[in-house]
Amino acid sequence: MATDAKPVLDVQGLTVRLPAGADRLNAVENVSFAVAPGEIVCVVGESGSGKSVTAHAVMGLLPPGQLTATAGRVLLEGEDLLLKSPAEMRRIRGDRISMIFQEPMTALNPVMKVGDQIAEVLDIHTRLGERERRARVLDVMQSVHLPEPERMIDVYPHQLSGGQRQRIMIAAALVLDPVLLIADEPTTALDVTTQAQILKLIKELRERRNTGVLFITHDFGVVAEIAHRVVVMQHGRVVEQGRTEDVLRRPRDDYTRMLIRSVPSLSPPAREPITAAPIVLQTNDLNKTYVSGGFFAKRREIKAVKDVNLQVRRGETLGVVGESGSGKSTVARCIARLIEPTDGAILIEGADVAKLGARALRPHRKRVQIVFQDPYRSLNPRRTVGAAITEGPVNFGMVEKEAVERARQLMRLVGLDADALSRFPHQFSGGQRQRICIARALAMEPEILVADEPVSALDVSVQAQVLELIDDVRKRFNLAVLFITHDLRVAAQVCDRIAVMHKGEVVEEGSTAAVFAAPKHAYTRALFDSAPGKNFEFGKFEV
Amino acid sequence: MSVEPALLAGEKAAPPPKPGLLGRLARDGGIIFGGVVILFMILLGLAAPWLGTKSPSEINPSFRNRVPGIEQTIRNDEGTTRTFTYRMGTDSLGRDIYSRVVYGARVSLIIGITVAVISIAIGLFIGLIAGYIRWVDAIVMRLMDGLMAIPAILLAIALVSLFRSGLTSVIVAIIVPEIPRVVRLVRSIVLSVREEPYVEAAICAGTPTHLLLFRHILPNTIPALIVQGTFICANAILLEAILSFLGIGIPPETPTWGNIMAEGRGLFRIYPHNIFFPGICLALTVLAVNVLGDGLRDRLDPKLARRM
Repeated sequence: MATDAKPVLDVQGLTVRLPAGADRLNAVENVSFAVAPGEIVCVVGESGSGKSVTAHAVMGLLPPGQLTATAGRVLLEGEDLLLKSPAEMRRIRGDRISMIFQEPMTALNPVMKVGDQIAEVLDIHTRLGERERRARVLDVMQSVHLPEPERMIDVYPHQLSGGQRQRIMIAAALVLDPVLLIADEPTTALDVTTQAQILKLIKELRERRNTGVLFITHDFGVVAEIAHRVVVMQHGRVVEQGRTEDVLRRPRDDYTRMLIRSVPSLSPPAREPITAAPIVLQTNDLNKTYVSGGFFAKRREIKAVKDVNLQVRRGETLGVVGESGSGKSTVARCIARLIEPTDGAILIEGADVAKLGARALRPHRKRVQIVFQDPYRSLNPRRTVGAAITEGPVNFGMVEKEAVERARQLMRLVGLDADALSRFPHQFSGGQRQRICIARALAMEPEILVADEPVSALDVSVQAQVLELIDDVRKRFNLAVLFITHDLRVAAQVCDRIAVMHKGEVVEEGSTAAVFAAPKHAYTRALFDSAPGKNFEFGKFEV
Repeated sequence: MSVEPALLAGEKAAPPPKPGLLGRLARDGGIIFGGVVILFMILLGLAAPWLGTKSPSEINPSFRNRVPGIEQTIRNDEGTTRTFTYRMGTDSLGRDIYSRVVYGARVSLIIGITVAVISIAIGLFIGLIAGYIRWVDAIVMRLMDGLMAIPAILLAIALVSLFRSGLTSVIVAIIVPEIPRVVRLVRSIVLSVREEPYVEAAICAGTPTHLLLFRHILPNTIPALIVQGTFICANAILLEAILSFLGIGIPPETPTWGNIMAEGRGLFRIYPHNIFFPGICLALTVLAVNVLGDGLRDRLDPKLARRM
């Protein structure tokens, strides 16, 4: 990589004005950075930091009338893109700059063959013959390592996996050999093993084609994995930038330090194994099979969960780790009895609740409470926070006044203002809402807390605080916690034991320290190998 | 916990308050136009006796099929005279069309509003239960499919001919074919809302089913139902006019826009005013209700607007 080469992209003092009435004046303010040929620059920040707006401004894709660049220059090989007309920008996009997006599912047209979608870029920017065009498409598909390009050129997006779709997106972005590739959280929606492959591909491609890459991410693991240089943004401003090594090891800015320190470590802390406490939750050969089809459609069976045996003791956190589709959430929903398992037993303090009907289940409802992933959908937007927290206890016969008093105590316990009970969910941030959900669960005085990806939708700095809170309430109320996550870093920090799930089965189980130190199953090893930034110890700063 | 809880680092503050619902509604031209026209029609119906009308069923054999604006001198028993102007002319029985049109607004609006309210109430009830309880769903929805397979107008004609014709039987006849549409709408909303984590959280909190439906699910159906209600209202007004026009709706002595048009059908070529005035009122009212519904849909439920 030639860092002293003339930069492909040079952003100088870019300022983008937000529409009137927003919470701040500018979406991004006086942002400057450069991307050299063959260099990967990561723009990293939390939600609302302006990193995506920066990428869209470079691409000339700011929503007209709402966001406008008011100052600065965006130089692509010396030409200011902000001065280009829409027609000129259209010629530049796809040809000299191209972009890949977060959601490979929606970024591709579902009714168009993937080969045609790649060829479309060629159609617009070049005058190639049919045969030549097909050759170019096959060539670029080969270069992003899609298996059997000859066959894959004629399939539709729904026939591909998430990772393959993202490869198609990258192929379409690279088919004209752009000088700059903008990647806006391209791996956030992907599983960790797929993410590792895509990151490897991007690294390899920029090396081979000498493309400059502007990579937007919130994940410091990804930064450590691929970035040459890092730009840290907060509230629309660049707070720090420099070589990856320098920023990660010797951050100068307090905010950068805080962000990096919030990244959970992959090495689990020493924990006392819990062996004496009684078993509160146990599943025996738990199965869940989904049957689709009916009168006319062909009957199809999908085994979401196969013979799962888990045990959680009082005061213990069991992590269930797996990728999407591994069945980990189905296990959680069976245990909370939101769905009925097909087969097997769920013992809560010895009582089997797996097959109970609605009426018989009611007394057991209190004992298992669940915290969901999405804090924006877990609270009824039309009801106050107080109503949400008191609903459960009142259902079980508690007097309204007493329930409100309990809710006030719980609000203080989860670190919120007790007077906020009369407010509505939209007045709280994501992290605060997740605290409210924890308070709501605790109001039922449960014995088991099921946390289904409770921090996956949160920014990293908030994530650490919510994890701390969950650990805190576990200790305080001696709860058995079933912690569902796809994030190995999070699992390493909060779980006493972990169970790794793959295709509906538990493939490995053991104490967190043991599993992390010496994973036995091949899938567990693959999972650990894929963890981005695994060779990097975050938060150990050099002075 | 070391962080100030009220404002956690790096998180967004709550968005600034939005203008009130009424304020947002008042900015939509369609809502204003529709609202004003409907309000005007309601006032017209309510104030009918004081708007220079005479009895809408008073027959005047010597003054039949007259053109609009014609004047008649009426001699009282005391010997004094006064003139009455037939602003919209008279029909083939010598009845004042203006009076009949003004009084006819009553029937049209009563039918439109009653049908909308009752069919939504029934449809909401059935839809909530069908959407939430699976075995009910299987039975009820097949029944609804069956009802929807018969054209609304045919079903209404069949129902009216079962009872004696009159306001109530016409209302019932129009409500029945409307119900399946409401049920389908409510059911689809229930099916998507019941998957929301906050509903699942309420299940975990042991909320009984009726409270779950009432507290957490029903409020989500309201915006869509308000919009659907306006379309049902417009449709019902039209359907009543069609039934009356066909002579199977409200008895002919009661003035309704459909009846007046049915009355004038025979002499349409020579005396078009007989159909023209009630027709204009009908078209204007239905247009206003539809435009209002469109406006409400855009304002209350942007998601629905994209779907329809």
